[in-house]
Amino acid sequence: MQNRVVITGMGIYSCLGKTLDEVRDSLYHGKSGIIFDPIRKEMGFRSALTAHLEDPDLKKVLSRSQRVYMPQQAQYAYCATADALRNAGIDQDYLNTHDVGLLYGNDSSTVPNVKAVDTMREKKDTTLVGSGAIFQSMNSTVTMNLGCIFKLKGINLTVSGACASGSHAIGLGALLIQNGLQEMVVCGGAQEVNPWSIGSFDGISAFSVREDEPTRASRPFDRDRDGLVPGGGAATVIIESYESAIRRGAPILAEILGYGFSSNGDHISSPNVEGPTKSLLMAIRRAGIDVNEIGYINAHATSTHVGDTNEAKAIYNVIGDRRIEVTSTKSQTGHEMWMAGASEVIYSMLMMKNGFIAPNINFENPDEDSAKLLIPSQRVEKHFDTFLSNSFGFGGTNSTLIVRNL
Amino acid sequence: MEMNELIEKINEVLAEEFEIEVEDITPEANIKDTLQLDSLSLVDMVALIESEFGVKIQSSELINIQTFAALYDFVSKNQK
Repeated sequence: MQNRVVITGMGIYSCLGKTLDEVRDSLYHGKSGIIFDPIRKEMGFRSALTAHLEDPDLKKVLSRSQRVYMPQQAQYAYCATADALRNAGIDQDYLNTHDVGLLYGNDSSTVPNVKAVDTMREKKDTTLVGSGAIFQSMNSTVTMNLGCIFKLKGINLTVSGACASGSHAIGLGALLIQNGLQEMVVCGGAQEVNPWSIGSFDGISAFSVREDEPTRASRPFDRDRDGLVPGGGAATVIIESYESAIRRGAPILAEILGYGFSSNGDHISSPNVEGPTKSLLMAIRRAGIDVNEIGYINAHATSTHVGDTNEAKAIYNVIGDRRIEVTSTKSQTGHEMWMAGASEVIYSMLMMKNGFIAPNINFENPDEDSAKLLIPSQRVEKHFDTFLSNSFGFGGTNSTLIVRNL
Repeated sequence: MEMNELIEKINEVLAEEFEIEVEDITPEANIKDTLQLDSLSLVDMVALIESEFGVKIQSSELINIQTFAALYDFVSKNQK
């Protein structure tokens, strides 16, 4: 007998807002978080488009000895996690007395690495790199920092699955709870937002160059899309067994019904159709639902030609001619990469809880494959109780989550 | 740099980095206790003194630098 897994708290630090209410309003009004960053042009970037969000000021919240080990994305993740724990009604006393786990998506930590190497090259003295660099520069920096700050005592590790990291983190957390290995896991995804971390991504011409219209550049599924826009931040969900939530008298927001995954075993950057199709079908099978029960699909669609085309084909393979709304919130946020799988669960949750589907902004003309799907470019006022969220990543890693309203 | 000026500058950069009040620093006070340094943040103090004053404190010398007075003295003697 497997445990049911429920979501009891959410927190987010995103270009659409720093609170759930702000983000809900941005989604509702189809607000874009994308800007033109002139510094990137000076640095030789092909595209200076990026999501915009400020670095949090944690000086009054955390001590120097806590902050010194935290790179940008760990700071975002701290904000999102503190909010999610509050949202779930969990205080430090609870964390001190229970074995709460932590699985967080993160797949880079560029700035501390760049700074450390610059210092070593220039000064030829490793002491000058400082004490924070080693902890900031490791891929597991988010989980090592959050684990220490919140004094977590369960599983503690970082999930690096490229742009599916955040989704896999939630899926794996759900599996641990289903199987009785953890009662509660803090799950999420974090993505640094700075030029250094994505310069090499810009270098492979993956980004949109619609620089004269930043808010219209990210246009998933649109015929005239020309690449993704990088974004980031952090998103945290608190997941726990249904029994644990009932015992705590916690606010139960939704149930994670299914987690599907697959690997394409194919090209390193070009996705195929078979792998994602398999992930969707596995999630539906494990959720034990009929496709007709899905009320909304939050697509991975990043606004690249081949990615969106192949995902549209995979979704069509699974839902056929059923009229289920499909949108990509990346039209508003850009591609939040390691964070995206977690943030898009929260975006979808906010829509589900508030009875609307955010517009897939900038979807003006379909292509041959997106024409087969119901992709609203205007907000839809609609009540739905079950959504499916896709996340795919470099190397052909795929993750699909199915969540039901409670 | 005059000794008084050097002391003022050292106190200022340490207070700012380790987020304490300059007034909390007295010549005879213990550095680690006052700045609340552990083995990691001690590295940051050494790096700060090196980058701000051009004086490298070797690990073997650290044991003799327990108080701020000892630190002022060490920096003053080793500054180029």
